[in-house]
Amino acid sequence: MSFTNGSAPRRVAFDEALARKIIDAELGREGPLLPILHALQQEFGCVPSEAEPLIATMLNVTRAEVHGVVSFYHDFRRAPAGRHVLQLCRAEACQSMGAEGSSRRLLEKLGLDWGGTTSDGNITVEPVYCLGLCATAPSAMVDGEPRGRMNAAQLDALVAELAAEGKR
Amino acid sequence: MKVFVSLDAGAIAVGAERAAKAIAAEAQKRNLEIELVRNGARGMFWLEPLVEVATPAGRIGYGPVASKDVASLFDAGFLEGRPHPLCVGLVEDIPFFKRQTRLVFARCGLADPFSLDDYRSLGGLRGLERAIALGPEEIVAEVKRSGLRGRGGAGFPTGIKWETAARAAGTKKYIVCNADEGDSGTFADRVLMEGDPFTLIEGMAIAGIGVGATQGYIYIRSEYPHAMRSMTKAIEIARGAGLLGPQVAGSKYSFDIEVRVGAGAYICGEETSMLESIEGKRGQVRAKPPLPVLSGLFGKPTVINNLLSLASVLFILSEGAQAYADFGWGKSRGTMPIQLAGNVKQGGIFECAFGITLGELVYEVGGGTSNGRPVRAVQAGGPLGAYFPPALFDTPYDYEAFAAREGLIGHGGIVVFDDTVDLARMARFAMEFCAHESCGKCTPCRIGSTRGVETIDRILAGRDIEKNVALVRDLCETLKFGSLCALGGLVPYPVLSALKYFPGDFGMAVRPAAAAVREVT
Repeated sequence: MSFTNGSAPRRVAFDEALARKIIDAELGREGPLLPILHALQQEFGCVPSEAEPLIATMLNVTRAEVHGVVSFYHDFRRAPAGRHVLQLCRAEACQSMGAEGSSRRLLEKLGLDWGGTTSDGNITVEPVYCLGLCATAPSAMVDGEPRGRMNAAQLDALVAELAAEGKR
Repeated sequence: MKVFVSLDAGAIAVGAERAAKAIAAEAQKRNLEIELVRNGARGMFWLEPLVEVATPAGRIGYGPVASKDVASLFDAGFLEGRPHPLCVGLVEDIPFFKRQTRLVFARCGLADPFSLDDYRSLGGLRGLERAIALGPEEIVAEVKRSGLRGRGGAGFPTGIKWETAARAAGTKKYIVCNADEGDSGTFADRVLMEGDPFTLIEGMAIAGIGVGATQGYIYIRSEYPHAMRSMTKAIEIARGAGLLGPQVAGSKYSFDIEVRVGAGAYICGEETSMLESIEGKRGQVRAKPPLPVLSGLFGKPTVINNLLSLASVLFILSEGAQAYADFGWGKSRGTMPIQLAGNVKQGGIFECAFGITLGELVYEVGGGTSNGRPVRAVQAGGPLGAYFPPALFDTPYDYEAFAAREGLIGHGGIVVFDDTVDLARMARFAMEFCAHESCGKCTPCRIGSTRGVETIDRILAGRDIEKNVALVRDLCETLKFGSLCALGGLVPYPVLSALKYFPGDFGMAVRPAAAAVREVT
């Protein structure tokens, strides 16, 4: 999941004319495919499968090549995430501060596995391997905003906050 | 009255934004005129959110400041630097800070990162100006003489890389800055990009002039949205001021920079995989040769340097190669921004000359664990670095000394673990991480990492421990010598060091501690 302009991606239905415009805007770059995929995901909340043949035609590569790239990178989604994306760091520095236990507990509480979305579509919980906040571990990122010192109690409070927002 | 609150993501993560807002609101309420500066991080994250006030005696700090503390800070007279329970005194007198030799981080945290005037007044652009006066050949010679080695982990001499690229035939050449700082426990690149972005721009421009490259790319991981926005903004400012473009700082040299954002693949920190990614391909490792310096990005001569290497070049150019080489010892010259992370009382960035011991770093600088429990191990050098027990804490911070003990300094991260850590689980995690991040190109890494997880799982379940441990060792041998790049090639480090120093965690017979130490020294 990426937040290239700092805000959560919009989630609009696939629109070929719009997709074409987004792709076109990046064509002047050398090696434009990753910027294109980020921009599409920013707009549609994912890289829609309908976009693949379009990108292939506009970049003059095969659809297989485009699909190969989309599927290689962990960031690119095939379907939009929940309203909120909560990324929990699983890397060593966070583990040293008990992140594995608090993450597992939260997933159990929400009835999710890594990458899952709550049944009301409110929160998607994803693993992330290092956010560079290793001196204030355990770390998390919620909709692109960094959170440090996220022990079990802090995590609970954050999820409660997100749940309350979801009901509004 | 100047008040400083950091805009670093690490400070924001623990409430710097809320503290800044509360200070602005409280000042307004009390009709006090303050200038709130959002500076880069000082690198002392246990104090964040750190609030600093400029006084005639120097900058006085308060931290960690929660928004609820703000009213009492005003009551106590913090704007005049008066005492308060959160007061930490003169920030530059804090032992963690005072003990450092900040060459790369010289400016970080002092001012607004986007003010070119501040940058210049703090010594910025002197390196670039001297570089332009010297010309390409002398720039490369200066960097060679400094003894600077790649700060990404491999430690290859930067000057030799530049020289090879400068001599390579090619119509177009590139500088690629590796800011895909994926190692757990490292954050120096992020902090510098957010707190002093012009330093990286200046370093890349010097590299560009030195090797005759006209285009630079900064490859930043998507997990760093703040750094990405900071660099993009700083590049625009630099371009507007004529520092980038057809005439760099008014010279005859042309150089420009574009930010590229990764997409969550750790392997893209490997240099050839990064090139594939910038080209818009799957981040799969390329076989070498050809070396990227001869045929790299889009088949053109390309220098790929770690962000900290490029940022080190400024001092080398402005103060001279010898001044830089005077720091450090042996074959490790200059300074390294070391990052103390994980379960450590005083975590942050500690830049110093090579040669300090691991024990000094963990106990004296870091202050031991954050929860006061005994230190059981540290992992130095990221997820592919070895686990060292306290018995090895006499190891000096130096490329060769770590290598001699089957470890690595990598990108300078040190993650501290207390006595509750289970090293067998950490070894399993190393294999799991390798399986998750393997690009899939070579078989040892792609298959070996998954087999490694399965085998360690059998050990954790207590099944045929000796036999399975032998299998893990054998697998590590294959990974080490048969993998195409450092991911598969180095994952044996954490696994084998865990086995060697913490056999009990794997259910194996524990040798007397003294014997274990004798073996490594």
